[in-house]
Amino acid sequence: MNSPLIQGYEVVIGFETHTQLTTQSKIFSRASIAFGSEANTQACAVDLALPGTLPVMNRQAVERAIEFGLAVGAHVSPSSVFARKNYFYPDLPKGYQISQFEIPVVQGGEVEFFLGQEKKVVRLVRAHLEEDAGKSLHEDFVDQSGIDLNRAGTPLLEIVTEPDMRSSAEAVAYAKELHKIVTWIGICDGNMQEGSFRCDANVSIRRPGEPLGTRREIKNLNSFKFMQQAIDFEVLWQIEQLEEGHKIIQSTVLFNPETGETKAMRTKEDSADYRYFPDPDLPALIIEQAWVDHVRSNMAELPRAMAARFVKDYGIPEYDAITLTQTQAMSHYFEQVAKISGQAKMASNWVMGELSRRLNAAHLGFEACPLDALTLAAMLSRISDATLSNNAAKVVLEELWAKPLEGQTPLSLVDSVIELKGLKQINDTKALEQIIDTVLAANADQIEQIKAGKDKAFNALIGQVMKASQGKANPKDVNDLMRSKIAAL
Amino acid sequence: MPLTSQEIQKIASLAKLDLSSGQEEKMLQQINAFFEIVEQIKSVDTSSIAPLSHPLATVQEVSLRLRDDQVSETNQRELNQKSAPKLGKGLFLVPKVIES
Amino acid sequence: MQELHNMSLQGLALAIKNRTVSARETSEHFLARAKAHASLKPALNPLQTADHLTPATTSCGAFVSFNEEFTLNLADQSDQRISKGQARSLEGVPIAHKDIFVTRDFPTTAGSKMLEGYCSPFDATVVSLLQQEGMINLGKLNCDEFAMGSSNENSAWGPVKNPWDVSRVAGGSSGGSAAAVALRLCPAATGTDTGGSIRQPASFCGVTGIKPTYGRASRYGMIAYASSLDQAGPMAQSAEDCALLLSAMCGPDLDRDSTSLDVPKEDFSRHLNDSIQGLRIGLPKEFFSDGLHADVRTCIDLALDEFKALGAQLVPIELPKTELSIPVYYILAPAEASSNLSRFDGVKFGFRAKAYKDLDDLYRKTRTEGFGEEVKKRIMIGTYVLSHGYYDAYYLQAQKIRRMISNDFQEAFKTCDVIAGPVTPQVAWKLGEQINDPVANYLADIFTLPASLAGLPAMSIPCGFGASSMPVGLQMIGNYFQESKLLNAAHQFQLSTDWHKKALRGTT
Repeated sequence: MNSPLIQGYEVVIGFETHTQLTTQSKIFSRASIAFGSEANTQACAVDLALPGTLPVMNRQAVERAIEFGLAVGAHVSPSSVFARKNYFYPDLPKGYQISQFEIPVVQGGEVEFFLGQEKKVVRLVRAHLEEDAGKSLHEDFVDQSGIDLNRAGTPLLEIVTEPDMRSSAEAVAYAKELHKIVTWIGICDGNMQEGSFRCDANVSIRRPGEPLGTRREIKNLNSFKFMQQAIDFEVLWQIEQLEEGHKIIQSTVLFNPETGETKAMRTKEDSADYRYFPDPDLPALIIEQAWVDHVRSNMAELPRAMAARFVKDYGIPEYDAITLTQTQAMSHYFEQVAKISGQAKMASNWVMGELSRRLNAAHLGFEACPLDALTLAAMLSRISDATLSNNAAKVVLEELWAKPLEGQTPLSLVDSVIELKGLKQINDTKALEQIIDTVLAANADQIEQIKAGKDKAFNALIGQVMKASQGKANPKDVNDLMRSKIAAL
Repeated sequence: MPLTSQEIQKIASLAKLDLSSGQEEKMLQQINAFFEIVEQIKSVDTSSIAPLSHPLATVQEVSLRLRDDQVSETNQRELNQKSAPKLGKGLFLVPKVIES
Repeated sequence: MQELHNMSLQGLALAIKNRTVSARETSEHFLARAKAHASLKPALNPLQTADHLTPATTSCGAFVSFNEEFTLNLADQSDQRISKGQARSLEGVPIAHKDIFVTRDFPTTAGSKMLEGYCSPFDATVVSLLQQEGMINLGKLNCDEFAMGSSNENSAWGPVKNPWDVSRVAGGSSGGSAAAVALRLCPAATGTDTGGSIRQPASFCGVTGIKPTYGRASRYGMIAYASSLDQAGPMAQSAEDCALLLSAMCGPDLDRDSTSLDVPKEDFSRHLNDSIQGLRIGLPKEFFSDGLHADVRTCIDLALDEFKALGAQLVPIELPKTELSIPVYYILAPAEASSNLSRFDGVKFGFRAKAYKDLDDLYRKTRTEGFGEEVKKRIMIGTYVLSHGYYDAYYLQAQKIRRMISNDFQEAFKTCDVIAGPVTPQVAWKLGEQINDPVANYLADIFTLPASLAGLPAMSIPCGFGASSMPVGLQMIGNYFQESKLLNAAHQFQLSTDWHKKALRGTT
């Protein structure tokens, strides 16, 4: 593994990601987990830890864990144990969090992604089920905090990696890939603003070849931008400490987006003794192989497998395949277009390029794309049969965007737009030659320069031809014809 | 093994209990007396025994029951907060939590 | 007709159903008796319309709270049902609940300042089940704080005095329940048993009590002390009465309690009248050791003779790990308790200290002022045994020995049907005598702890009087799910003896 060194130090990063699972009710109670309700209106007796209340496990949360385990090639433990993590905090009503300690539900697994052109693999240690805590609000109260327990009991899957990452960029790429996986398989809505996907980064540095350095944990990173900033700052800070002869003390730190700095928390969580022990209110969770098999058979094709299939079946580059499998909707859209038009690479370019741009600007996903896949496929087939140039296609796209079919077939719709806009490409070489002759004649003084190799002049003449043809000339033909005519002069 | 005063203080801190020095003395005495009885468990050979967490696990399969993912709790905030020590705008109020 | 307070549950139910007496009259009768025994330190009761009750000097301190309006309303409703011919099995029969069960219509304190005035928004499952049979809730009964104790001297609302000798303890932690039944303040009471807290006070107060197989009765709404040990159970004048109550209280609560067993509801009365000819009663040699006081031993021996006369066979057995049950229990129970009690932090409900300077101080002051000494001690022990570095040596080791203790019983049950012996080594001690020697208290639990650790059903039945004319109880332990066999044996014993009918002066 070649790690980029910073001032001679190797950076070692491991992540713990808390993902809120897509269930209706909480992990141990029947209150709703919907976001944004008025304070404490979704905190029932069990969530409030009222005396005499007991936890009862939500099947769907377990199924989500199984789905995740299968998605990352992990081992789903046939028997796992819930344990109490004991500490005092106002947003933790029972004074302990029900989590999993020694025997988690998912063990092992890995996440593959690209960092630039390089393929990376980050190994997972485990993923376990636990309950989320409530929230503390500080703004409205003087010297006091207000506790809202609506979120207490929301099911979480905590995903822990080995310290395999070697740069902040790699860490962010991992986080993005993990985000893609969990949203792809539908176990998490991935809404980072609402706190559905929260990362803690464990960062340490060392000289290459030395044992692992002491790590500090940056908590609650809920944006990819902040993740990178925070880790970068932390690394430089740690280097500075070591260079000045100080030791790094294991601690929990928070990133301040305003100052761009990480700072150790004053609460002594580091010296906390959580006194884990198996929760006597919850017998062991048994997951039969039949259940795992059933989940596996119902799972949608996973992004990695789909990407590999795209490369194999459609001959597109791996990079394209990875990009196209960002979301299920995007991949389905691409595949539809590729199949119908028979133009996989072209489909890939348009989907990754123009369509993604437009959808991002409109804050839409491919499931809500205003341009129907079949219509795009039709348009692509007109490009491939040279009716439409690429440039002209962009104009057609604008016209087709959000245009209903109204009883026409996609192809006839496309053709009608081409007709309407008069964008039909001029493929007739005779007509082209006429335009070229005209342009050459008007620029006779350029010809010698072009022959001498001046490309800029050549391109200028091409431009004039395209302009004269109102963009409808087939650029390739123009190019070829221009070259041969000049050569003959 | 007898506990020291320092250990007692640490445990009290974990359990969020204050012990005055008089109480600490008494607590230390009583806990250490208690632990003299407890020490005898150390000499029991349990090398071939699995821990028992649910009493009936010795006679039947005891596994976690799973419930359907249904929301059935309605908003009972007022009732649930009837015994709350301090409230403000529907929130439980505590001294400010410092987090930096 | 007998006095209402000397009637059996069936007798009462019948009298009420036949309208010989109304449910209202019955409740008024018992309320008047109960109110004379309110707790010696009154607890705040926001649901009580009348002023705080000042306890009579002759009060034994059994009842912590009342809600007369609610009780009489419920009684009136029972009378209405009866007039429509819709009587349920125990329609109109009063019952009182140990203050460890949460109730909507009465405060629940668990004997602690930490929960003074606490109003639960829901009823414990066990309370609901009994109410569904038509029983009328009379009030909440005093208990050791958070069910921790063997004398009921650890309550914030004052001790419960033993009705047979008010200078002595009633036993714990269900002292209020035992005393109330002994004084016939109510025909039945609920209790909880974690390490003997039904059996021991039943024994000290001369009443009958039973703890079912772990997991038979729902723990939902039962304020948790030690989750893997706590069980709810009835206390009444006889095994026959206990059988009726237990049948109502037990049953799966699959939606709310993950440790509730999925075994069907049972009629525990169905075998009461079976002959016990040939019943093999195992006598553990460890239960008849030097620690057992002679006066208690005498009563037990006489009781066993009675069983022989009824056709039972006495079989010597061994429960070698008996002594280890003390350290094992006093590691596991405090460990679980230390965690279960963390929710009492002054944030969401219950007591909060008046003065504190920051969050940490809020926690510390609230918990230091809110909890009593015994509770704090057990929290300390529990926190210690779970702490880093000690978990394996203490907690894990204790869980392993727990299995060994359970195995001992299974081995013993190969040669006997039920196990019998004393409940405690001695009769009730004097108030204040053992409060400063908690270790002695712990050691006195030696006979009740093993069945608790194994999760086996066990009961105590009055079998005589020992030193200072104090009641002595006989303990009977059954194998898993064998409650009806235990009750059968107890009932047959009670048919040919009358210890359980010995009434206190002033109760007939």
